[in-house]
Amino acid sequence: MTNRSEADDVGRHSLSSAHGASRMALVTMLAPSARGFEALILSLGALVVALVLFGIFAAMTGADPIAVYRTLWLGAFGTRFSIENTLTLAAPLMLTALCTLIPARLGLLVIGGEGALVVGGLGAVLAGALLTGLPWPVGTLACFISGAAAGALWIGFAGALKHWRGVNETISTLLLNYIAIAVLMHLVSGPIRDFAVTLKAQSWSISQSYMISNIPGWSVHWGLVIGIGVCIVMFLILRYTVLGFSIDVAGGNVRAAEMAGLPVGRLVLLASCLGGAAAGLAGAIEVVAVHGAVSESLVVGFGYTGILVAFVARQNPLAVIVVALVLGGISASGGLLQRRFDMPDAATVVLQGLIFLCVLAGNALSGRIVRTGGN
Amino acid sequence: MEFIAAGWWGVLIAVVGGAVRVSTPYLFISLGETLTERSGRVNLGLEGTLVLGAMTGFAVCYLTGSPWLGVLAAGFAGACMGILHAIICSLPRVNDIAVGIALFIFGTGLAFYLGKPFIQPRAPMLPAIPLGAWSDSPAIRSALEISPLFIIGIAIAFGLRWGLKNTRWGLLLRMAGDSEDAALALGRSVNTIRLLATTAGGFLSGIGGAFLSLYYPGNWNEGLSSGQGLMAVALVIFARWDPVRCFWASLLFGGASALGPAVQTVGITQGYYLFNAAPYVLTLILLIYSSSPTQMLAGAPRELSISR
Repeated sequence: MTNRSEADDVGRHSLSSAHGASRMALVTMLAPSARGFEALILSLGALVVALVLFGIFAAMTGADPIAVYRTLWLGAFGTRFSIENTLTLAAPLMLTALCTLIPARLGLLVIGGEGALVVGGLGAVLAGALLTGLPWPVGTLACFISGAAAGALWIGFAGALKHWRGVNETISTLLLNYIAIAVLMHLVSGPIRDFAVTLKAQSWSISQSYMISNIPGWSVHWGLVIGIGVCIVMFLILRYTVLGFSIDVAGGNVRAAEMAGLPVGRLVLLASCLGGAAAGLAGAIEVVAVHGAVSESLVVGFGYTGILVAFVARQNPLAVIVVALVLGGISASGGLLQRRFDMPDAATVVLQGLIFLCVLAGNALSGRIVRTGGN
Repeated sequence: MEFIAAGWWGVLIAVVGGAVRVSTPYLFISLGETLTERSGRVNLGLEGTLVLGAMTGFAVCYLTGSPWLGVLAAGFAGACMGILHAIICSLPRVNDIAVGIALFIFGTGLAFYLGKPFIQPRAPMLPAIPLGAWSDSPAIRSALEISPLFIIGIAIAFGLRWGLKNTRWGLLLRMAGDSEDAALALGRSVNTIRLLATTAGGFLSGIGGAFLSLYYPGNWNEGLSSGQGLMAVALVIFARWDPVRCFWASLLFGGASALGPAVQTVGITQGYYLFNAAPYVLTLILLIYSSSPTQMLAGAPRELSISR
């Protein structure tokens, strides 16, 4: 098992959580331990440092940093339109973050969210276009299940390679991203192409009746609710079930887990499949709620931003919900930054990279801000 | 029948030529990664380094008119990324693979941001050495047009193998990678050795990027690199951390990358995207072939996190 140092520190509920538990009601709810409180401080601190560095970067390239911050806020949360935009972008991020998060609890570093999202979208389209005439919720559900299953198989394959051949999961899932995109481009350029659409290479469309609508009163689709729901369910599973406990034990110490008789190999497969299913579901939601078909526009980097969300959330599924909103907001403000300051659209990528670096560097401080009895 | 046979010869020549042409970035990055990994750290961010190097090389070449100055600048940009990686990794409780992913995102973002004004212009290119001038066949002639960077890369590969084995620096580097305790016992700072190794590795990877923007394909745009930096990491595992074997593996990967365009030239357009995915599939197969679930890989540095 590799990369344990990361999983050692991240949002795991320690057995000694009673010591610093009742610090603040909200904090307790989000992460019920002193280490959770510390994780919150570290992530917030990293975010602030990254924003300061980004301001310096913006100033060096000739923009007024204060105006840049104001635009970031406006584009992310400043108006009703931008909030809706942010919420729409946050939905897939929550699910792709889980693709990194669940295996990370086992000490695996999976970065195949992008590929799993793509095959999930393909799975949804195949189900939605081939199974016609199903009654209302069944057709949509079939798309979801097909997409999640495709994603589960995709990342599960990497998990199997890890378990049986010892193939490094980080590199294999990264390669699978490129392979998934190639498969997508191949399929939409011929085998499943809808030749009635001439402007771009696009696949068959799913039945119109399978599409899901917006939340009443908002121009935000129901995928957001699904994303939040899945995060909460994953939180409960990881925190309160035997499975979640087994995953944490095996992530903490493989040998101890094996000595205790835990099926570590099966856990690796299961965690990979669960993570892949989440990202596959993200792809299915993009198809069922937004595009109605698959094309190159499915590949916009939700998978890569999802890795960042998982790390900023320190592998806590509840924190993922909040962090996905923040990073979705940053992505949403990219367009406004581009228009107001004539900044290249890669500005938000630079900011994301800075946040990622600061969060990782912040790990050096973990265990030093809040002292717990068990530590 | 005859035409088809000639066509397939054409594919073979194009693949061999492509192998020589496309392998250079693989070669430089895999040599850089070998250097870094032999010191006991993984730098997964070399994809970002590659893209940043390509942008810097092109921009400097465009502004100064000198391609070789561009190559040097690309190397320095890569070295800066290497220093950043090494500094963050030297902090306690920081995972080197995760830092690599962060630098991958940061480097690409930085390159796309700063490189926006350089997407349209043309810049002078690196010269080519026409080794195929004796032949009448234009296919063979273009296949044997060799970049000076390719030859420099081969020289570095053999030099590195010799240096790692026979010099004091090589011994210190291998010691940092194989046993932190031994390095400590000798009073050597593992972090300093790794800083130097990662910086040098970044320098080489940056030059690999300059090859992309200044020789082949020879321009700067956002789709310039397609994961060569990541494949190089897998390539190093396949080459068992040996610089000269990195060279042979780079040729193999270059050939796989050239397969898609070569097949297209004989009129096979179906499955174009699948042929383009050949290097990724090849990497995965080689990775499956060369990994082992039970034992450490032969030749793997002991302190390395991806081989444990």
